Amino acid sequence: MIRAHVLICAGTGCTSSGSKLVEEAFQKNLADCGLTEEVKLVQTGCFGLCALGPVVIVYPEGTFYSRVTPEDVKEIVEEHLLKGRIVERLVYSDTGEEVVEDPTKVSLNDTAFYKTQNRVVLRNCGVIDPENIDEYIAMDGYAALGKVLTEMKPEDVIKVVTDSGLRGRGGGGFPTGFKWSLCAPNKAPQKYVVCNADEGDPGAFMDRSLLEGDPHTLIEAMAIAGYAIGATVGYVYVRAEYPIAVNRLQIAINQAREYGLLGKDIFGSGFDFDLYIRLGAGAFVCGEETALMTSIEGNRGEPRPRPPYPAVKGLYNSPTVENNVETFANIPQIILKGAEWFASMGTEKSKGTKVFALGGNIEHTGLVEIPMGTTLRSIINDIGGGIPNGKKFKAAQTGGPSGGCIPASLIDTEVDYDNLTAIGCMMGSGGLIVMDEDNCMVDMAKFFLEFTVDESCGKCTPCRVGTKRLLEKLDDITKGKGTLEDIDELEALCNYIKQNSLCGLGQTAPNPVLATLRFFRDEYVAHVVDKKCPAGVCKDLLSFVVDKDKCIGCGMCARNCPVGAITKTDYIAEGHKLPSYEIDTAKCIKCGVCIGNCKFKAISKN
Amino acid sequence: MKSLAELKAIKDKMKDKVVLREGSSDIRVVVGMATCGIAAGARPVLNAFVEEVNNAGLSGQVTVSQTGCIGICEFEPVVEVFDADKKVTYVKMTPDKVKKIVAEHLKGGKVVAEYTIADKA
Repeated sequence: MIRAHVLICAGTGCTSSGSKLVEEAFQKNLADCGLTEEVKLVQTGCFGLCALGPVVIVYPEGTFYSRVTPEDVKEIVEEHLLKGRIVERLVYSDTGEEVVEDPTKVSLNDTAFYKTQNRVVLRNCGVIDPENIDEYIAMDGYAALGKVLTEMKPEDVIKVVTDSGLRGRGGGGFPTGFKWSLCAPNKAPQKYVVCNADEGDPGAFMDRSLLEGDPHTLIEAMAIAGYAIGATVGYVYVRAEYPIAVNRLQIAINQAREYGLLGKDIFGSGFDFDLYIRLGAGAFVCGEETALMTSIEGNRGEPRPRPPYPAVKGLYNSPTVENNVETFANIPQIILKGAEWFASMGTEKSKGTKVFALGGNIEHTGLVEIPMGTTLRSIINDIGGGIPNGKKFKAAQTGGPSGGCIPASLIDTEVDYDNLTAIGCMMGSGGLIVMDEDNCMVDMAKFFLEFTVDESCGKCTPCRVGTKRLLEKLDDITKGKGTLEDIDELEALCNYIKQNSLCGLGQTAPNPVLATLRFFRDEYVAHVVDKKCPAGVCKDLLSFVVDKDKCIGCGMCARNCPVGAITKTDYIAEGHKLPSYEIDTAKCIKCGVCIGNCKFKAISKN
Repeated sequence: MKSLAELKAIKDKMKDKVVLREGSSDIRVVVGMATCGIAAGARPVLNAFVEEVNNAGLSGQVTVSQTGCIGICEFEPVVEVFDADKKVTYVKMTPDKVKKIVAEHLKGGKVVAEYTIADKA
């Protein structure tokens, strides 16, 4: 008889920090203690606190252990599972204080990281075994599909999705129900449902975690979409760089076929639906819907002009509905709990929740799900635990290479589609990168431009040539070669690329530049007029100097300088015994090693 | 899968197996499992609770958990039942006594007075 469950995260984050070894250690130690009949080991998807991996949760107490090593496992098994004493030193504590002894106080849901969250899409991630269809069914899985096929007409399904106010989670925010209703009436011998799992924004991993943690939700939702629009075939386009996600999704598809939840005559309704995986080779442009379809068809991933829209002429020139993973993951719950339930969360025009991959200069990096309309301040300070090392918050970048940034002055912005668009930013697929005072905004814009230049497919000139020219101008500015006219030209070129590019990639590529120009123009001006980088990032604008009166002459800097740019002088400061050192700026490569080595804070960059 | 009934059968079969992970049940049964408790036979008691609670179909409402030394070693195995803010302490437990506690206290809501510490101390 099972009395306890040990859940080990087997998402990509924890797998790379060694959760597989932890799992093996549990198997061995449970066997050694004779507990295999009493304690069940479950591998789950992502819990969200990826920086603290590998993470382990022990139920029924709900004790949350973080950074568990294979060596710790013996103690957890012998102390907690055998003797009932929680291993306090391993319990995650978000306040950094000593944990209290009452085991209910250390449960996952009581931590600040989870308390403010509302896990709708991620509800099964970190709770069920994603490779076991029965556990998904136990959590009401496939009940929505059953309800749709036995009780509802296709138009009823579309009405519920429309009424819920669900909008596309891939970034654009197009109303999902409306998209379906555009496709449904089109007559064709074959229609398709496509899932966009080609998550390409640097640092974003929402879709990956969903596929890894709850793949059956996607299958169920795509079958529902198929029924609603009259399609019998679906494709999931997922990056080949997501091996765990691909593997789990394939296992899930096989299980669903075995149970007859995919295939012919599902639930005896006469409705047929089957699903196939297509692997993408990691081209960013293939996240654009028409390029994605071109790629599924076996061609080079290049976008097509719209119209005709995919709802009319999509995959293989047939009517197609394409949605993002997270969008689909909302569908089964909307069907089960109703449009009103969903519409009760969020803001007036943005309903439900949004998953964000929180990263950058923030205490708790990881995956969070919050109701639409939560303020940026709450995300950063309450859930994310604030900025480390006492630094000041400067800006948050959303939407990756297509997005903009939210400056500190707008930290109380309620995050939803329209508020972000209003400040020239965008929701994006959910990457949220937090930056502190040590980040240079020009450098950040340059980073994203480098990415889009690499990823532009080259089909249209504004994007292919325009982004390259933008990058060259930005590069000049960060090297101190820019002028004030360059800034104006930069802005004009941005607007030109935005208006004239063929697809979303080019149309949004200038956004990081435009957003930083809007909120941080003074930094651009500092780079071109004063030839200074206020954040101290752009190397060509920095010089490293030794404050000779602070230098005690210990020589640590000179010994560690990789290029031998630091030498002894004749100058001995008052009160010091040894001569001070100086930096030869001609030789200096501005690596910053000397600053790290000087215990007397005698070296500075400016 | 040809009918909703089939789906429901799987759900019902599995529900008990994952309900453990939902955490907050109404009643918590905590078995003292320190060295003294284990030596006095707490393990069979713990396992009996898990089994009986499940057999009685109470796994949704009752969490069986364990704790360290409660501090009254001479009365081990000790079991505490928490229901809202009420606490009942059963002492010198055996697997046989478990059956009665599950049937009368956990299911019926009536404390089995003869097994409680109040009756022994």
